[in-house]
Amino acid sequence: MVFSRLGFTLEPGGALLLLGPNGSGKSSLLRVLAGLLRPSDGVLEWNGQTLTEDPEAHAARTHYLGHHDAIKPVLSVAEMVRFWARLHRTDFAQADRAAEAAILRFGLGPLADMPGRMLSAGQKRRVNLARLLAAPCPLWLMDEPTTALDRASIAVLETVLAEHRAQGGMVVLSTHTDIVLPDAEILSLDRFAPAPEGLS
Amino acid sequence: MSRFVEVVRRDLRLALRQGSDSVMVVTFFILTVILFPFGLGPETNLLERVSPGVLMVTALLASMLSLDRLFQADYEDGSLELLAMSPMPLELAVAAKMLAHWLTTGLPLIVVAPVLAVLLHLPAEGFAPLLAAMALGTPVLSLIGGIGAALVLGARRGGVLLSLLILPLYIPVLIFSVGAIDAAIQGLEAGPHLLILGGVLIAALALSPWVAAAALRQAVE
Repeated sequence: MVFSRLGFTLEPGGALLLLGPNGSGKSSLLRVLAGLLRPSDGVLEWNGQTLTEDPEAHAARTHYLGHHDAIKPVLSVAEMVRFWARLHRTDFAQADRAAEAAILRFGLGPLADMPGRMLSAGQKRRVNLARLLAAPCPLWLMDEPTTALDRASIAVLETVLAEHRAQGGMVVLSTHTDIVLPDAEILSLDRFAPAPEGLS
Repeated sequence: MSRFVEVVRRDLRLALRQGSDSVMVVTFFILTVILFPFGLGPETNLLERVSPGVLMVTALLASMLSLDRLFQADYEDGSLELLAMSPMPLELAVAAKMLAHWLTTGLPLIVVAPVLAVLLHLPAEGFAPLLAAMALGTPVLSLIGGIGAALVLGARRGGVLLSLLILPLYIPVLIFSVGAIDAAIQGLEAGPHLLILGGVLIAALALSPWVAAAALRQAVE
């Protein structure tokens, strides 16, 4: 078990910052929230409805950004962002426009035709972030999104997060670096570590 | 539905740009079939007799070669998690990937098979049932193979494990496709064999995406 007796609620426009040492369960909690990992006990609710009732609806309103950037070496930046945008929208023309805007937003315009294998770690991360912007989802789950990003890109990410929250979006974010997230609730996961056996 | 097409297009694009899988499968098919006349001797009677079996067994082994890559790349680079979290049901995404796999490996095999059949002296009556059996049989290989590929995801030496899991399940396809060709050569009806093969295809089509998607959900957990 990684954590126990943990509970929180997130309002529209809210943000939750997950802190804690390595192995304290930040990634596991995010994967549980994403529906990728089943909790051994406990419930998750969205507007009072448990998530397990309709996992597909939850997937449709959630963006998950994990450790891997889902970069295909032979696809170009534009193709990758467009693919994920189209999966989330039914109107392809609209999806393509949103993908293009997201690419420009993260400063990837000059790289749009570059194949994935030529990208640096930070550029790969920006492509992955552009994917979030290309399709609207109210809940963003981000596992250390600032990894490999430079200062300027982190600033862009901070504005994007602020805009997302201003539109009523929610963010759950884990990090080790400093990221400006105004009025974010803070959850320190080391407080919820289960008691070592034999001591309780 | 448009999402389904989008996943198929993406996988086809990946396969065409990387190129290696289709070429490898077809080359393996051709080379292995060519080995048989060398091993068995050039006697026409003998080759005629074994050609349906040789063609089908080799096609089956060839289509298995590329199976372990079906979900592996998406699993390693995190795309699989994102597909599982997309608004489209994972079952549909899996079916799209299986279709793309068949288009890039099964279809080229069907195209080369008649040429190799000439090489093995397959009697003329056998060509039509050979094509029909391959058209019905190779999609089953991609579908059932997809279940295996999903199950061995994340396992060490998954390729070997995959063959052990999947080969026994290919036996019905082998029996009825060779049966159809043999029947036509001997002047009997190939129809019943092909109908059973069609039935196997429909069953695989109905079940495989669900089973494979369940296995993938376990893998990404």
